[in-house]
Amino acid sequence: MVVLKTTNITKSFGKFTALDGVNIEVKEGEIYGFIGPNGAGKSTTIRILLGMLKATEGSAEMFGMDVWDDAVEIHKRIAYVPGDVNLWPNLSGGEVIDLFMKMNGRVNKARKEALIKKFDFDPTKKCRTYSKGNRQKVALIAAFAQEADLYILDEPTSGLDPLMENVFQECVLEAKKLGKSVLLSSHILSEVEKLCDRVGIIRGGKMIETGTLSEMRHLTRTNFTVKTKEPITDLNKMKGIYNLEEKNAELSFQVDTEEIDAIIRYISGFGIVKLESAPPTLEDLFMRHYEGTASDSGSQGEL
Amino acid sequence: MLFKGTHSLTKFIFRQRRFKIIIWLLGLILVTLAAASAYPEMYKGDETRQAYALTMENPAMIAMLGVGYDLEDYLSSVGTLFAHEMLLFTIIAVAIMNILLVGRSTRADEEDGRIEMIRALSVGRLAYTSASMIVVVITNLLLALLTGLGLGLLGIEGFDFESSLLYGSILGVSGLLFGSITAVFAQLTETSRGTTMSSFAILIGAYLIRAIGDVSNEMLSYVSPLGWLSRTGVFADNNWGLFLLTLIVAIVILLLSFYLNAIRDLGVGFIAARKGKRHANPFLQTTFGLTLRLGRTNIVTWAIGMFAMSLSFGAVLGDLEAYFIEIEFMQAFIEEESGYTMTEQFITLLMAIMSLISVIPAVMTVLKLKGEENKFRTENYYSRAVSRTNVLGNHYFLAILVCVLMQSLVALGLWSVGQSMMDDALSFGTTFASAFVYLPAMWVVISLATLLVGSLPKLTSFVWLYVVYCFIVVYLSGILDFPEWLNNLSVFEHVPQIPAEDMNFMVMIVLGIVAIVVTVIGFMAYNRRDIAG
Ligand SMILES: Nc1ncnc2c1ncn2[C@@H]1O[C@H](COP(=O)(O)OP(=O)(O)OP(=O)(O)O)[C@@H](O)[C@H]1O
Ligand SMILES: [Mg+2]
Repeated sequence: MVVLKTTNITKSFGKFTALDGVNIEVKEGEIYGFIGPNGAGKSTTIRILLGMLKATEGSAEMFGMDVWDDAVEIHKRIAYVPGDVNLWPNLSGGEVIDLFMKMNGRVNKARKEALIKKFDFDPTKKCRTYSKGNRQKVALIAAFAQEADLYILDEPTSGLDPLMENVFQECVLEAKKLGKSVLLSSHILSEVEKLCDRVGIIRGGKMIETGTLSEMRHLTRTNFTVKTKEPITDLNKMKGIYNLEEKNAELSFQVDTEEIDAIIRYISGFGIVKLESAPPTLEDLFMRHYEGTASDSGSQGEL
Repeated sequence: MLFKGTHSLTKFIFRQRRFKIIIWLLGLILVTLAAASAYPEMYKGDETRQAYALTMENPAMIAMLGVGYDLEDYLSSVGTLFAHEMLLFTIIAVAIMNILLVGRSTRADEEDGRIEMIRALSVGRLAYTSASMIVVVITNLLLALLTGLGLGLLGIEGFDFESSLLYGSILGVSGLLFGSITAVFAQLTETSRGTTMSSFAILIGAYLIRAIGDVSNEMLSYVSPLGWLSRTGVFADNNWGLFLLTLIVAIVILLLSFYLNAIRDLGVGFIAARKGKRHANPFLQTTFGLTLRLGRTNIVTWAIGMFAMSLSFGAVLGDLEAYFIEIEFMQAFIEEESGYTMTEQFITLLMAIMSLISVIPAVMTVLKLKGEENKFRTENYYSRAVSRTNVLGNHYFLAILVCVLMQSLVALGLWSVGQSMMDDALSFGTTFASAFVYLPAMWVVISLATLLVGSLPKLTSFVWLYVVYCFIVVYLSGILDFPEWLNNLSVFEHVPQIPAEDMNFMVMIVLGIVAIVVTVIGFMAYNRRDIAG
């Protein structure tokens, strides 16, 4: 079953077109990663889904209801965590958590207390004294304490330390185990890679790639590191080879998926001593898209 | 280098605020010049000035406008009449401008994290504060010079050059004084609301202390800066000493704010925040409860201020009565003329002014929603199962309650003190009727604020222009002789002035209908527009 579906949503701010025909589909029980460079339109998309902005064109539905017309009804079943949590400076963290849960009408005290412990959070301080990470915890605790059917998370961990990041990931996976769905926008690609079943990449207001990670990997290159008895000659003349580098008598390079067979055959002629291959990381995929699809210099990074 | 980067920050702040500064300056200067030009015509002969002097001698007038001049002064220069009627209220307007300006470019910018960003660049610790204070100094200097030169060069009869310059200088130095006071509060408190509210409290306190002092004990008046500033004898004795005194005090306070700024950490104040509760109580968990909680400090502060103000005026009413008994012939004259006592006539003017002040916290309550949106806090409602009508509705409803509360306090204050001090006191019913009769007009203003929040969120401050306009009409329409249609633009102008006039239910109903229509449009627009955050 599809819990969230947008059809060609377009959003213009005056003359500027922030979104241009965005299609997203999140199925029940799925964690959907929503990634893209700064200013790509992720938060704008999410604000449309929340019924705060009205799409200039196109339509979006959650649980079969229109996101603009039935916003209040829909929100009873979702939980949202923004990247920048803005709280009322004079209220305490504990008060705000209670308020947030009450607003959605799903109060679960035991879960809330458990999460406060888990996130190691002090709810008695005034919100103005909280750090960015602590403000984020307020929203995360309120979100996961209620059993929503769909979690919409917009860079929910941009202020968390690695320990809390782990707690967050546990929470997401636990929700998934309960059959809940998640829309996760994040710049932390290791997080997306670890959690998400499917990924959509947006850039300049357009969706440029959607699919499971393995589907996406298929379209791209694999990283290789080889050591041979005899030096390999003319490798750079082969088709589908990128980023050839030599380090400590080892060669590393990337190969287009469809050329792997030919390349391996070729280098085996030089007597392989060591051969390592690694699937492209999400970051590799992502970098290629960032720099333009036609670019040859697809760089790589380590996660 | 504590001050590195001050120069470019000054330009930056000027660019940010230029629109507001220009509007304020233009408004203040034009109203001053226009009023001044009208005076010689209005008070021509010696008789009119004698009558004026007589009116101004009564305690109610003194409480409201400050101490007047001697009769010879009134006769020798019409500037004194102008100064007595205009100076104190113009000083208050200038003070408000400075409180808002300084509050905005110190604590509010810090709260929004803008100063943090700027300090991360290579600028000195005190650069932002000094830049914003330079802006304030220049603004007030411009005000002083333009007003002074304008009055002096316009060649109005009775406005000599030196006195005009002093008049302008008093305005400028008052602005600087209240700007500095606000700068100190920006260091002491932790929120921009705290900063502006504390500064307004000082302003109101200064006004009240002066009012009480002026009618009872001169020494008390010297506790309040408004007390000294209204005693310069401008256009008569031209006492520059009091101007200098104020200037020195302002500079000392300014230096204090720099000192406090230098020794504190960014983002905190000297008055530390208290520890919070672990759970939200059930009332806070309702939208109304939350709205009330967020506006609580503001409303309570205004309530105390309004009540104190009406108590003081109540006290004055007692004196007023005694004063008119003394000059019996005048009482007979007034009663014959209109059929109402001077007290009753005075109360209608007072109620018009008080209701305009009462509407301020109510309008703030509605505009708070826009403020919340600017701070990306309405997202907290709208990403959850809370409708826009619910949130706006609760702000709107609270604003109406605030109006009723403020007017009740005004009436209660006047009635209770008047009761104990006057022989022929106004009845409870009349006092409350004269206050509540303004509620429909106030409701229209709240609806206007709602309409702006709903349909033109970037222009919400226009409602303040309207409030100021209404104030000008109430206060100055007699002096400036506005055409009828201009007066009629102010809803307050249509309210029957109880007890001097009879109740007019037709007007009440029309005002109510206007309010409802405007409100409905506002709500519909709010439900349709994009929410920024
Ligand atoms: N209210 C607005 N008016 C005008 N332009 C806007 C508005 N809101 C967003 N934009 C523009 O729309 C584009 C998309 O912004 P959005 O916040 O959706 O990006 P994002 O993908 O969330 O980026 P980030 O990763 O930095 O959070 C940006 O270019 C932004 O400047
Ligand atoms: Mg974003």
